[in-house]
Amino acid sequence: MPSFVINEKCDGCKAQDKTACQYICPNDLMVLDKEKNKAYNRAVEMCWECYSCVKICPTQAIEVRGYADFMPLGAVVQPMRSTDAIMWSVKFRNKKIKRFKFPIRTKPEGSIEPDAGFDPGTDDLKSPLLRTEPESLGTELYKK
Amino acid sequence: MNIENFETIVVETDLLILGGGMAACGAAFEASYWAKKNNLKVTLVDKAAMERSGAVAMGLSAINLYLGLKNGKNTVEDYVNYVKTDLMGIIRDDLVANIARHVDSSVHLFEKWGLPIWKDDDGNYINEGRWQIMIHGESYKNIVSEAAKNALKELGENGRYYERIFIAEPIMDGDRCIGAAGFSVRENKFYIFKAKSVLDTMGGAVHVFRPRSVGEGLGRSWYPPFNSGASAYFTLKAGAEMTCQEVRFVPVRFKDSYGPVGAWFLLFKSKATNAKGEDYMETRAAELEKWAPYGTAKPTPANLRNYLMLLELEEGNGPIYMHTEEAIKKLVAEIPDEKEAKRKLKELESEAWEDFLDMTISQALNWAAHNIEPENTPSEISACEPYFISSHSGASGAWISGPKDLAPSEDYHWGYDNMTTRKGLFAAGDASGASSHKFSSGSFTEGRIAGKSALVFCVDNPDSVNLSNDKINELKQRILQPLTTFETHKNYANDEDVNPNFIKPKMFMFRLQKIMDEYAGGASVNFKTSKPLLEKGLEFLQYMKEDAEKLAAKDLHELMRAWENVHRLWQAESHIRTMLFREETRWPGYYFRTDYPEMKDEWKAFANCRWNPETGEWEMIKREIKELT
Repeated sequence: MPSFVINEKCDGCKAQDKTACQYICPNDLMVLDKEKNKAYNRAVEMCWECYSCVKICPTQAIEVRGYADFMPLGAVVQPMRSTDAIMWSVKFRNKKIKRFKFPIRTKPEGSIEPDAGFDPGTDDLKSPLLRTEPESLGTELYKK
Repeated sequence: MNIENFETIVVETDLLILGGGMAACGAAFEASYWAKKNNLKVTLVDKAAMERSGAVAMGLSAINLYLGLKNGKNTVEDYVNYVKTDLMGIIRDDLVANIARHVDSSVHLFEKWGLPIWKDDDGNYINEGRWQIMIHGESYKNIVSEAAKNALKELGENGRYYERIFIAEPIMDGDRCIGAAGFSVRENKFYIFKAKSVLDTMGGAVHVFRPRSVGEGLGRSWYPPFNSGASAYFTLKAGAEMTCQEVRFVPVRFKDSYGPVGAWFLLFKSKATNAKGEDYMETRAAELEKWAPYGTAKPTPANLRNYLMLLELEEGNGPIYMHTEEAIKKLVAEIPDEKEAKRKLKELESEAWEDFLDMTISQALNWAAHNIEPENTPSEISACEPYFISSHSGASGAWISGPKDLAPSEDYHWGYDNMTTRKGLFAAGDASGASSHKFSSGSFTEGRIAGKSALVFCVDNPDSVNLSNDKINELKQRILQPLTTFETHKNYANDEDVNPNFIKPKMFMFRLQKIMDEYAGGASVNFKTSKPLLEKGLEFLQYMKEDAEKLAAKDLHELMRAWENVHRLWQAESHIRTMLFREETRWPGYYFRTDYPEMKDEWKAFANCRWNPETGEWEMIKREIKELT
């Protein structure tokens, strides 16, 4: 059912005003069942399988079961996202397992300076040059 | 829900950025800088959380637009010619050139902000194809949105962003856009944003046509299902002229999960064949001559590659396979040393999986579910359903003013870059038309161009805008009406979804998708349509417009769904009307007019449209193509 929540692992993000999955879902699908204190995906047929909820869940309580319309059962693709890399484990229906690790960012989260060390550039509102140009472009701006 | 309990919040700003995707982030980054210099306010409104909103929410495995101007790799003219060929001659050279001349700057910023870009031993970006560079892009959107938020922070109190606010309607004062109205999807709050200029960057449209998968897989559209036509609705309702509303995009992707094929075709040099192993790009090469000069140019336009594949399927020659196994074998065979070849195989395997895991995780899951290892087994590819996305190989969006120094004449330039034909209303990303192939980097870049330009409009028009309380109340009643409708009638029937007094958003969407699929050339009819079919479809859309007044919502989430589908309906109507207007077939792999099966010289022109807010009538406008190169 695209993303689903494992009852045993979900703690409803305890005292937060909203759960992490509620915060992040780009399609507003994750909600908290306040009686059970568990999150759930309210409209699985609108889920993009983007894994934003899976990646952000602090207790690894969310997984994805592939769209049943066209995927046989048995496969699991699960990420572990750290501050600078993501590790994927891919479990096949035939039980074979593959693992991959990829970098996700080269600078720590929260450290971004918009101008990134480039000269901010012109003060001229009417110029076609944009912020940090021409230095960030590395060459002169194209003209007809 | 009783709408009497809804608080009304009025936010006043100078520049209002609608959307939170790549174009919106580019606009926030750029406008903040200029706003600080001019002591102006910038406000951004996103329907989701910027960290993971818009089409790049999941990440990307490549940046599809980078010219390498500083190394003399390509020229701006090269790019314009490439895009023009791909779109069968129907593009605005000035707009494409404007994005292309700035885009490298954006990519260099992304890298400095921390986006890992693949590099060779000499420190040069690794190209996937001529214009595409490879990235480790799982956190692409996280990085770009952080830069945008930090740019807004530089403005202190004058820079703000709102998340989880859904924008339903533009606010107009005559021919000037003065803001937008919407609601929180989390609290009972109705929002009015008053602004001196408004930038529409709310993405393209999905779920206008019936998807191929209609169970859980409904959501596995190639472009995200949360991009629901808000951009096009906003500019249409404002009375702005639109362009290329007929130029949908039908991507060919790995079947069902719609994983990307770019790395396979371009980086791994893979081939696609029919079930008999025939390369239809070769066996059907003669067909391409009918679509010259575009059909005979290289690379073959995306829609024509689709078309040749569709012809194979019509003749019963499916399934169509991407021969991943052959491509990998060939790449490994190029390495004589056995140990080195083994290492290469491992590297290619990792690259192949990362391509999916970075941007279409569902495709990795699909491979695992079918026990597919790309080095051993080929995979099926297929045409998706039609989408509206001008940042890729489609072109639908608002007709906007080009830059003064590049625009060929006054009808392409009327004062402010990226301003629509309505004063103070700007568009970028999927919201602006006839400037295809901007992709993530170009959308961000166009957001920058439009953000600066819209800020200049604020400087030139410093007087605050007026909006009466009556108008605010009228908007509130109308936008929240689906809640009222549900509240009024919910007790009549014992099923909250089946009630003769209203229609719920989900069924409304299904009705729209069925009409569009069957009459307007959807996937189930192999993208074929004709005047009688389109006219019938248009007739059925009129019933939908009437029934849209009876949309009902039990909660805020459904209220958002109700408005998303009103937006889709307008996208659909402008699409049908423009396909009717253009009496030819120009993009046969996107849609085919069976009554006009050929491309015509007289239609080497823009097919524009405008909904007139004064009369409620649609106007169709043919505009000349003026070339830069």
